[in-house]
Amino acid sequence: MVGKNCFAIASDRRLGVQLQTIATDFQRVFKIHDKLYIGLSGLATDAQTLYQRLVFRHKLYQLREERDMKPETFASLVSAILYERRFGPYFCQPVIAGLGENDEPFICTMDCIGAKELAKDFVVSGTSSESLYGACESMYKPNMEPEELFETVSQALMASVDRDCLAGWGGHVFIVTPTEVQERVVKGRMD
Amino acid sequence: MTGSMDLPTKGGFNFDLCKRNANLEMKGLKLPGFLKTGTTIVGLVFQDGVVLGADTRATEGPIVADKNCEKIHFMAPNIYCCGAGTAADTEAVTDMVSSQLQLHRYATGRESRVVTALTLLKSHLFKYQGHVSAALVLGGVDCTGPHLHTVYPHGSTDTLPFATMGSGSLAAMSVFESQYKEGLTREEGIQLVTAAIRGGIFNDLGSGSNVDVCVITKGKTEYLRNHELPNPRTYVSSKGYSFTKGQTEVLSTKITLLKQKVEVTEGGDAMEE
Repeated sequence: MVGKNCFAIASDRRLGVQLQTIATDFQRVFKIHDKLYIGLSGLATDAQTLYQRLVFRHKLYQLREERDMKPETFASLVSAILYERRFGPYFCQPVIAGLGENDEPFICTMDCIGAKELAKDFVVSGTSSESLYGACESMYKPNMEPEELFETVSQALMASVDRDCLAGWGGHVFIVTPTEVQERVVKGRMD
Repeated sequence: MTGSMDLPTKGGFNFDLCKRNANLEMKGLKLPGFLKTGTTIVGLVFQDGVVLGADTRATEGPIVADKNCEKIHFMAPNIYCCGAGTAADTEAVTDMVSSQLQLHRYATGRESRVVTALTLLKSHLFKYQGHVSAALVLGGVDCTGPHLHTVYPHGSTDTLPFATMGSGSLAAMSVFESQYKEGLTREEGIQLVTAAIRGGIFNDLGSGSNVDVCVITKGKTEYLRNHELPNPRTYVSSKGYSFTKGQTEVLSTKITLLKQKVEVTEGGDAMEE
């Protein structure tokens, strides 16, 4: 979700096999560089593999260009990597969030074959995506400051995952501003 | 071995995961749906050129994923293409052909022709026998005049004075069939295109939101993004939700201050050895 010169990216913490919960502290939001984060929902193994591939490509880029990748460029990279496997895809829907030129927030999501969907307000993905669309649509306000953005994102996330059996067990929220990164673990229902 | 697989590939698709995915699907894992464009896309030829139109809804099953996506893609300064079908396929195929046209322009030193784009698209789609699910309306004006073509996912094409594609194509075609005539002016063309897209937006469930229009004439292209917004959001609460600080229960907090990065800029003097 986009705020005023900042963005928030959040995920739930459950890892499960259909109805059985395996872990309650699974990390789904990964850092690519200080101002660029990617959240990967879907099959956990593909999320981890894709994350490792992307970090590899970003490190090569950093060595060649001597700077960090812009979020728009990174989104195109992820889209290309996913589309390459058009007929045998990764079971993974990424959510990309970063601060671009002049610390302008940039967010986008993709389906599992790389169809980019840019938005100016919020993007969602995962099993609770339908509830998340509804919750974010009603709770979102433009130009929120970091504190208010944190509250809004956490409440939207918790409200939506409570209506989804396959998601929940707490929330992991990152608020990124041009000067700092706030990482918080939110308390949720453990059922 | 895994490392070498990630070096720049020679192009084309990678089928490594197909076997694994087939096994997973046998075990009961459902492949998540692809983003489809639903869509109503139209094009018509008027006296000075071509007008293309599209709606702006992207769907994922029955849910609207994007209320304002762009379906009119750039191919060349004088050629634009509307895409329906699987969103990733339409974007990838139009980007790819757009790059090939740019290289062709550099090689020949001439403005791209619409038939060049058409042939590149149809040969790519035919090669993949319809599995690359992209249905396109391609329009542009080149040295031989205005052209409008439709391209189907299996690679067949039609050349027409007015065309519609997508799930809303029947609704839009009914508007065209009743009101199209040869030699329309620019205003009449835009009006007819918006009427056809509106027909798709209001009568087809897969199309919705706003109308995008693109007018291409000799030497000038106008992309009227969100030309009409017939579906404004009317249920906004004036107060909105306001959460007080500290309302959410937090288990742990970690704040990392970001270091200022030093940017190395080119342009310094060469070092003297």
